[in-house]
This record gives sequence, C-alpha cells and structure tokens, in this order.
Amino acid sequence: MQHTISVIVENDFGVLSRVATLFSGRGFNIDSLTVAPTNEEGLSRMTIVTRGDDQILEQINKQLNKLIDVLKVLDFTDGSAIERELALIKVAAEDDARAEVLRVVDIFRAKIIDVTPKSYTIEATGNPLKIDGILELLRPLGLKEVVRTGAVAIGRGAKGWNG
Amino acid sequence: MKMNGARIMLECLKKEGVDTIFGYPGGTVINLYDALFDFKEIHHILPRHEQAGTHAADGYARATGRVGVVIATSGPGATNTVTGIATAYMDSIPMVIITGQVPTPLIGNDAFQEVDIIGITRPCTKHSFLIRDVKDIALTMKKAFYIARSGRPGPVLVDFPKDIQIAQSEFDYPETVEIRGYKPNLSGHPRQVEKAVAMILESHRPVMYVGGGTVLSDSAEPLTELARTLTLPVTTTLMGLGSFPESDELSLGMLGMHGSYCANMAMSNSDLIIAVGARFDDRVTGKLSTFAPHAKIIHIDVDPTSIKKNVPVDLPIVGDVKDVLLKMIKQTDKNKEKLAGFVAALTPWHSDITAWKEKHPLGYKQSSTIIKPQFVIQKLRELSDDDAIISTDVGQHQMWTAQFFQFNKPRTLLTSGGLGTMGYGLPAAMGAQAAFPNRQIISICGDGGVQMNIQEMATLVQNRLPVKIVILNNNFLGMVRQWQELFFDKRYSSTCMELPIDYIKLADAYGAKGFLATKPGDVESVIKQGFEEKGPVIMEFMVAREEKVLPMVPAGASLNEMVLNA
Ligand SMILES: Cc1cc2nc3c(=O)[nH]c(=O)nc-3n(C[C@H](O)[C@H](O)[C@H](O)COP(=O)(O)OP(=O)(O)OC[C@H]3O[C@@H](n4cnc5c(N)ncnc54)[C@H](O)[C@@H]3O)c2cc1C
Ligand SMILES: Cc1ncc(C[n+]2csc(CCOP(=O)(O)OP(=O)(O)O)c2C)c(N)n1
Ligand SMILES: [Mg+2]
Repeated sequence: MQHTISVIVENDFGVLSRVATLFSGRGFNIDSLTVAPTNEEGLSRMTIVTRGDDQILEQINKQLNKLIDVLKVLDFTDGSAIERELALIKVAAEDDARAEVLRVVDIFRAKIIDVTPKSYTIEATGNPLKIDGILELLRPLGLKEVVRTGAVAIGRGAKGWNG
Repeated sequence: MKMNGARIMLECLKKEGVDTIFGYPGGTVINLYDALFDFKEIHHILPRHEQAGTHAADGYARATGRVGVVIATSGPGATNTVTGIATAYMDSIPMVIITGQVPTPLIGNDAFQEVDIIGITRPCTKHSFLIRDVKDIALTMKKAFYIARSGRPGPVLVDFPKDIQIAQSEFDYPETVEIRGYKPNLSGHPRQVEKAVAMILESHRPVMYVGGGTVLSDSAEPLTELARTLTLPVTTTLMGLGSFPESDELSLGMLGMHGSYCANMAMSNSDLIIAVGARFDDRVTGKLSTFAPHAKIIHIDVDPTSIKKNVPVDLPIVGDVKDVLLKMIKQTDKNKEKLAGFVAALTPWHSDITAWKEKHPLGYKQSSTIIKPQFVIQKLRELSDDDAIISTDVGQHQMWTAQFFQFNKPRTLLTSGGLGTMGYGLPAAMGAQAAFPNRQIISICGDGGVQMNIQEMATLVQNRLPVKIVILNNNFLGMVRQWQELFFDKRYSSTCMELPIDYIKLADAYGAKGFLATKPGDVESVIKQGFEEKGPVIMEFMVAREEKVLPMVPAGASLNEMVLNA
C-alpha cells in the first residue's frame, strides 16, 4: 500500500543522502520525495511517498527514527493528512485541441501560465490523485513535458507536528 | 589558551578517557601526529595496515567495553579502514574513527588523496561528522563518543580536514551533550516487564535466547541470576557466548547453524522464547517459516528496528538489557509464591533437555595419529588462564572455538559474527593485549585468515604485546571446503592453499618464537611452551585436513533438521 511519511530532520550536511542511502540500502521504495526548510530554524521537512506491507512500513518508520538527524517521523495513515502536489504540464495545443485543453484546465481549476501558438503550459495543484486525473485527460492531446513536485502533506486539525 | 585543532582533538580524546589509540600517519594527519609526538597521556600504537588498526581498536573495545579509537590519513588510509568499520558496525561495537581529510577549500576537487569517506561509510557507520570549523571540534567529539557508546553502540566516523587541524582556537570541552534527534530508550516499560514475568510463569518450555546485547550492556550477572532463579535453560548466539557460564547445567551452549543439538531442539520445541539482546539472525533462525513454531516470543532490545525485523514478536520490550533484567528480577521477587510451583512444573522440560544433551552431545572422533582441531581447542581451554581472552578469525576454527572452548565469562571471546571478516583475529587480539598487558590473549586462526593481517606480527613484537597466535592449519580454506564437500560434490575450487608456509621461520623473521605440532602427542607440550614464552608466539597445529564442523543446519533448512554426522 502507498504511504505518505513526513520526516522532520536536522538541516545537517548529508541528511538527504542518509535518508536516500537508507531507502536504497534496505530495498525500500521511494515513489516521491520532497524536501525544504520549515518555519523552525535549522529544521527541514521531507515528505516521502513509499510502498510496502505493514511489516516493511514499520521497519521504514523505525529505521528513519533511528537516524541521528531525524527528529520526528509522521506516518499519515489514510485520512489523517491533507496532501497536495504541484504539477507543471506542457501540452500540445493546436486547432480544436486548444479549446479542449482550456476545458480540462477549467474543470480541474488549473491555470495556464504560458501560451504559444502550438502549446499551453499549465499549473495544476491538488491531491496527487487529482494530478493523475488531469494528466489522464491531457495525455491523448499530446503531453510534451511534465514536472511534478511530489506530494507534500500536513496533518489535519489545529495541532502542529510538535503540538 | 589557544591551541591548534590537532591538539584540541587530542585534548578531547583525553577528556573522553582514551588512553590507547591505533593509527597510521599520512599527509592529512601529519599535524595530528605532530601534536601526538609530545602528548604523553595517550599511548599510540602503529599497526602495519589501517585495516588491522581498525580491528585492533575494535578488539580493544570488545575486551574493555570502552570506545576504541583509530586514526587514518585521507584517501587510501581511510578506505583501508572500511572493512574494520563494517565489521564493528555489524556487531554493534563502539568505535570512533578519525580520518584526515584534504583542506576544506579543496574538498570536492578530486584533490590528492581525497575520497568521500563519509559517503563510502554511510551505510556502515552509526553516524558520521565532517568538522568544518576548529570551534566545532570539541562538541563534535563529545557527540561522536556519546553516539558511539550509548543505546545500540556502533562506529562513528569523524572526518577531520587538514586546515582545521592547523587553525587555532580555545579548548573548551562541553560537560553534557543533547542531540535532539537521538534519545535512545534505555528504560524498559514496567508494564511490559510485568507481562513478561507473567508470561514466563505461565510457560512450560521456556528458553532464554541470549545475544551480544547482553555482553555489550555488561549484563552477565543479572542474566545469570534471573536464569538461575527461574531455572530457565539458556542458549546463546555466537556473540552472546560468555554472558552465561557454559559450565552451568542450565547452559545449552550456542544455537543456530553450528549450534548444539540440544539448543536447537529446545528452540524448536519451546513454548516461550525470551530473546535478550539478540537479533534473530538468519544463522540462528534457519528457515523462518518453521522457526520455533510453538513459541511465543518476548524480545528485549534497545534498538526498535531489531524487533519484528525477522520474526513476529508477542511482547516487545524496548530498553537496555541490564535495566530490563534488573526489573525482571524484582518482578520475579514479587511473585515468589508462584516460583516453587513454576520450577517444579519445569521438570519434564528439563528432562527433555537432558535427554537431548545426552543423545547428541558435541563431539568428534579422536585420533592417535592426526591432530583433531577440536582437541586443540579443548587443550587450550584446559591449559589457559581462567580469564584468558580468545579472539578468532573466521572459518571452521571459529566454530570449533565456539563449540569446544567453553566460555564462562563475558568479553572473553572476540569474534567477527555479523560480517564474518577473515583477517580479524590477529589484530583484534593485539587490541585486547594493548588494553590488558598482563592477561593471556590467545588468537585462534585458520591458515587462510591469519595471512590476511599477518604483518601485525611486527606490531606485536615492536610493542611487546605477547599475543599467543594459534594456527589450526588444515591447508584449506576449510569452511568453504566443507560447503564444497557437502553441497558441490567435493569440487574443491580454489580452496586448497597450494603453498605451505613455514610459520616457524615466519615467526622467526619477525623476531617472535614459533612452535609446531604435527601429532596429537605434541599438542600439550607446544601449548605449554607457547604459554611460557614472554613474547608473542605462533603455535602451529597441523590438523586433520577434511574435518567438518558439525552439527550443521544446511542453509534454508529448519533448526531441527541438523546434519549430525556426514
Ligand atoms: C562462519 C560463521 C558461522 C556462524 N554461525 C553461527 C551459529 O551457528 N550460531 C550463531 O548464533 N551465530 C553464528 N554466527 C554469527 C551470526 O552471523 C551473527 O553474528 C550472530 O548470530 C548475531 O548474534 P546476536 O543475535 O547476538 O546479535 P548481535 O549482532 O550481537 O546484536 C546484538 C543485539 O542486541 C541489541 N543490543 C545492543 N546493545 C544493547 C543493550 N545495551 N540493551 C539491549 N539490547 C542491546 C542490538 O540492538 C542487537 O539487536 C556465525 C558467523 C560466522 C562468521
Ligand atoms: C575477507 C573474507 N574473505 C572471504 C571470506 C569467505 N570465507 C569464510 S570462511 C573461509 C575460509 C577460511 O579459511 P581458514 O582461515 O583457513 O580457516 P578454516 O575454515 O580452514 O578454519 C572463507 C574463504 C570471508 N569470510 N572473509
Ligand atoms: Mg584453513
């Protein structure tokens, strides 16, 4: 099953490669990984989308926690977090297709951010499933380039990750 | 007072109570060595190879329980330590490795003797640091030692660029250290302890399965007390040997691939396994799907990743072995009234175990003409000091040592279990001897592995480290040959050491003594002569060439499917 895990890490030298080495060395999957600084000085947050059965996910959790630079591992089981992803999509758009692209963009509440006579570039945000959805509809029209950020996630409710 | 970074590093080691280090000089540690030149509080031993220096620091750590320290120069010096680091990592040995690095402005430029040693060792260190400012040395070293020795111990690498060694700063060592992301949970949860004792008191066929964590936490005493109070049979892993006296009636010896029949039968028939600082390694469990099919499992381990990694666990207790055992002793005390009944009810289980012990005790066929390797091990036990420390290399001789030496005290066996590193035995003994100049240190090696760090003979002689090197010479890479005999139709591909070495002359070349035994009648006198020598010696025993280590659980078989004689 797919799982989204947030990892709060010390902004130390090499921390990203420690996490990456852990996943590759132990044969864990990474579907996507994002990382950027948080509001707290010296801390970054990684969002990792991974897959595995319960036993593997438990190991992933424990192994991440074991890394010295890792402060906290948040495993978002279904529903406990809001997930978002940003995608930049360049799609071929000539003749009739131009209207079709605009319709799809409208339905998904996406934005056109660059236009040429032959193409549109679209900015779409939303749950990763929604991004999959818009790509599905645009694919027949001719995708030229797709850039996805990978998911980021935040827990629901009033509390921050550390209370 | 200002001092340079090199000196600060040594002051840090002193603050950590380090008295002995191993290391090899070179361009990026020359400043460190200059500071060492008149730093009298630290005794430095120069090995002949950085791998050996790293194993020596590891042997020092295993024998003493303290953090071993090794220094190497950047590039090839650093890469030479990698096997030693991985060896320590697999067996959770506390070590700090200090590597020289090219000056910080040159890092990343493919400078002379630059390697990314932090990158290379990332998967086999507990943690690592690159020092980038002379002001950071003290705090970094405080953290490095704390991480290396606490929780589940392990090697920590500190990369120390040359310009930082030269830069000047004040020395101010922190008293305490706080690492936000590192808080090992040492205290076992009282409720879990209560449950554990209740589970034990309800069991009928309990076994304690004891591993290296018991040695690492110096818990032989509480373990022995608890086992004796509850009359629990005890089996240990290779790494756990010595944490429970094998002379005790409750001891089943080692379990696993080359474990005793009774230990493996006890595990296979048990209804409750109490794992104490052991990690359910595949050499121990055999085929997982049939491992201990009737048993509930209590697992005590300080590292949560060890728990439920390989086998499902009914009651996990995260904590330090010593803390948990002491709590279990107290909890047992509270249940005194149940104790007599519990112990009485174990009688049938104890008689099953006695029957297994009698049915297939560890043994071998004695010979009057050829030296049997097991016989040498038994004689070594008989003739050595009670507190002698034994190191082994890797192979058949290692397993015979585990089976026949009978270890009764913790930290008396130094052996590479997890990585199985040939070349470990001699330098590890060297490290132990440096720690204990007056104890008897015996290194039991094969004719293959001893050659992988034989150059350390020079270090032994130079530093008057009187290690007794025992070579069980079968003129084979015996352990691999055994597999070829059993599973590859005796096709001895590249396992015969074609060239016999004259080890007596070799010892002589290094300025040590050598003794040779070729027949069973020589064994005792050679051992006695070797032990009487003041300096390091080689005792070579020409042993039965095609002797096998038995019993053996073939790879992929269940624990109770042992080959007993083949
Ligand atoms: C040729 C060869 C043959 C071998 N055959 C066998 C065999 O037949 N039988 C056998 O047993 N082994 C054998 N081994 C060794 C085997 O490969 C493993 O190294 C060994 O079984 C692991 O022992 P362990 O489970 O005690 O774990 P260790 O590696 O010693 O791990 C210790 C465990 O204790 C935990 N721990 C550490 N400190 C603490 C603390 N303070 N408190 C709580 N927990 C702590 C750690 O987290 C870890 O989980 C063989 C090795 C070789 C090279
Ligand atoms: C560095 C290294 N290389 C290879 C091996 C594989 N190996 C395990 S045991 C063994 C044979 C060891 O032979 P020897 O040292 O003569 O000991 P014996 O088994 O004969 O007692 C080999 C090659 C290893 N464990 N370590
Ligand atoms: Mg051999």
